[in-house]
Amino acid sequence: MSNFVVSGTPHVRSKESIQSIMRDVIIALIPATAAGIYYFGVKAIILIAASIVSAVFFEWLYQKLLKKPVTISDLSAVVTGLLLAMNLPAAAPVWVAIVGSAFAIIFAKQLFGGLGQNFINPALAGRAFLLASYPTEMTTWPAPVGFSGADAVTIATPLSQMKTGAFPDASLMQLFLGQVGGCIGETCAAALIIGGLYLLWKHVISWKIPVIYIATVFVLTALIGRHGVRMPVYELFAGGLMLGAFFMATDYASSPVTPKGQVIFAVGCGVITTLIRIFGGYPEGVSYSILIMNVCVPLIERFTEPTIFGALPKVKEAK
Amino acid sequence: MQALTFKRGVHPPDGKALSAEQPIKVILPKEDSELFYPMSQHIGAPCEPLVAVGDHVKVGQKIAESGAFMSSPIFASVSGEVVDIRPMLVPGGAMVKSIVVKNDGKMEEIEGLNQGRDYTTMTNDEILTAIKEAGVVGLGGAGFPTHVKLDPPKDTPIDHILINAAECEPYLTCDYRLMLEEPERIVKGLQIMLKLHPGAKGVIGIEMNKPKAIESMTKACEGIDNITVQPLVTKFPQGSEKHLIYAITKREVKSGALPASAGCIVDNVDTVLAIERAICKGRPLMRRIVTVSGQGIKNPGNYKIRIGMTLRDLVDAIGGFKEDNPPVKLIAGGPMMGPTLYTLDVASVKTTSGLLCFTKEEAYIPEERNCIRCGKCVDHCPMGLMPFMLNAFSIKGDGEGFVAHHGLDCIECGSCSYECPAKRQLAQSIRATKKIEAGKKAAAAAAARAKAEAEAKAKAEAEKN
Repeated sequence: MSNFVVSGTPHVRSKESIQSIMRDVIIALIPATAAGIYYFGVKAIILIAASIVSAVFFEWLYQKLLKKPVTISDLSAVVTGLLLAMNLPAAAPVWVAIVGSAFAIIFAKQLFGGLGQNFINPALAGRAFLLASYPTEMTTWPAPVGFSGADAVTIATPLSQMKTGAFPDASLMQLFLGQVGGCIGETCAAALIIGGLYLLWKHVISWKIPVIYIATVFVLTALIGRHGVRMPVYELFAGGLMLGAFFMATDYASSPVTPKGQVIFAVGCGVITTLIRIFGGYPEGVSYSILIMNVCVPLIERFTEPTIFGALPKVKEAK
Repeated sequence: MQALTFKRGVHPPDGKALSAEQPIKVILPKEDSELFYPMSQHIGAPCEPLVAVGDHVKVGQKIAESGAFMSSPIFASVSGEVVDIRPMLVPGGAMVKSIVVKNDGKMEEIEGLNQGRDYTTMTNDEILTAIKEAGVVGLGGAGFPTHVKLDPPKDTPIDHILINAAECEPYLTCDYRLMLEEPERIVKGLQIMLKLHPGAKGVIGIEMNKPKAIESMTKACEGIDNITVQPLVTKFPQGSEKHLIYAITKREVKSGALPASAGCIVDNVDTVLAIERAICKGRPLMRRIVTVSGQGIKNPGNYKIRIGMTLRDLVDAIGGFKEDNPPVKLIAGGPMMGPTLYTLDVASVKTTSGLLCFTKEEAYIPEERNCIRCGKCVDHCPMGLMPFMLNAFSIKGDGEGFVAHHGLDCIECGSCSYECPAKRQLAQSIRATKKIEAGKKAAAAAAARAKAEAEAKAKAEAEKN
């Protein structure tokens, strides 16, 4: 007769799940994905598809080989694959996407224990690996000619033009809408902001990291400037800042959990991004700034643990 | 008036509509049914039986007590014969020595019952003694002896007496019904408490999802200067003692301290009513209101039962479970903090506020996944802890890390587990480790005490020689 379920409290749970969060991230990336396809055409579709399929495949393969429960239904591998594709130039060969996905899933994520255990953002780790290994493929930027059928010419990104001290060709509006050279998913700031607002509205991310990150870049570029010219607004919409701030720096596993820690993390990302852009060897610093701050997270969290309710005043030990 | 609240917390669906409009219905135990009176229904020293097998007891008769100050006597709630004294299961899951009384159905009352008194003519000591002698304990769930709570150390003056009418646990509506049906008596109970602490003001804190209760209590308080009704934001765990105090007074009860240290006494609605009944009606604590709810019960509602009835007798008396969708999980109390029961053969005790009968759909337990470090547990923990980290310490068995990160301050409200998208059993693991670490702490303290005593003895011996 005693066949009632016994379990620990609480007995009611919120509806939110890992899957629903990942689904929201994918939904939030739809505008930017659509913009990438609009600007870069069939090649973008192929790269995005290859990246997602291979990310899911490698997660499945790893878990099968190691006889672990297969968790591809949580959609996290789809998000990693999609984010990696967003960080590829449309001219990159398909095998680059596949190699990048393999590195992201196997080395950055699964070897450290899988979902939630990666200490750096897997998609960015994949991108950094590709950039170091195949610099030509990773920095050949086709012009945003979309489905026009014209053979895309290679152009320079606004940030690389600015690096050389030249004034960028694209107007601020063109930059905001994404009519510039760059990675598939990073060029259209407007679409990324819409996606970011969706994530904020759904409480998937908090405002702290994206807003403070972007604000730091704005303030620093306004203060420092380049070659005597200060274009902080232009800097915000150029390169991968919007993608990085809303979708990469907010990765749960590799960003701080503590509220104060998130502030420090975001400021750090902003400072490093600006330093690399203006003084570094690369034209863009979003990826590396986030990766560098990722590895600081345990340290940041250690020093920013929140004060508990009813905390006792700190007493110095009597000697 | 602006609704007040605390920081963080969660918003579970409240489920109160099932029983909120059901008036309190009196359920009397059936003739020849057995009632169980566990010797420990409160925090403090367990009672010892005052009766033996074969004795005849009457309604209102004290059948068990303890000499300790931190304890509370137990009263027979029916008349009949003591048929056994044996261990019986209580809602918390323990087997507790219990007096078993077979109800003769006559409800014969003991002499001297119903000697109501006018509290304004009583001294404070008389009031406290009367409350103690009526077996009143905190009926919100903890069972802290009320006479102890009302008599804090002299160096902690009380300036607020709060009635905890938040009833933040989903599904439970027993306090809500009392506020609609007996508001004047609740106010009278609060006035008795205020007589003990004349410098204090009385505040009745009610969540905004109970507008009718706010209206009813406000009306009952009209013309009384030192009592106000304070609306509170509907948020769990608003009824946590520490968080209610914070919401109303903005004071934080320090880690490990009692509410009195913040100048507050907090008592639940039904407790205040028990005080009123003890003084003005001269009746000890023998009944309580229980909300029976959930999709698995035929007639969800609020029932006034005799303490000691088994939950099986209660369920049978109100029409039983639904046949087509029977419950698979039984919860004593609310769904956020109430323990589960594996059987209905459990004695109702002073602190039994609810019985939830959850069907298969309601009792669904999602699969636990990896922590994704989303930080939602940190964002919602009302104590400002880092539950995901405490969970990791618990799994590793790292008691030191657990204590260093304030694991012992957890109030076990379950907000972390509620929010967790990975569906981790955060609260459960933290509760388990808390028990282990609290046990270690107590053992260490006992060892230190024993050592000190031994040393003192050795020293005395040495001096003697």
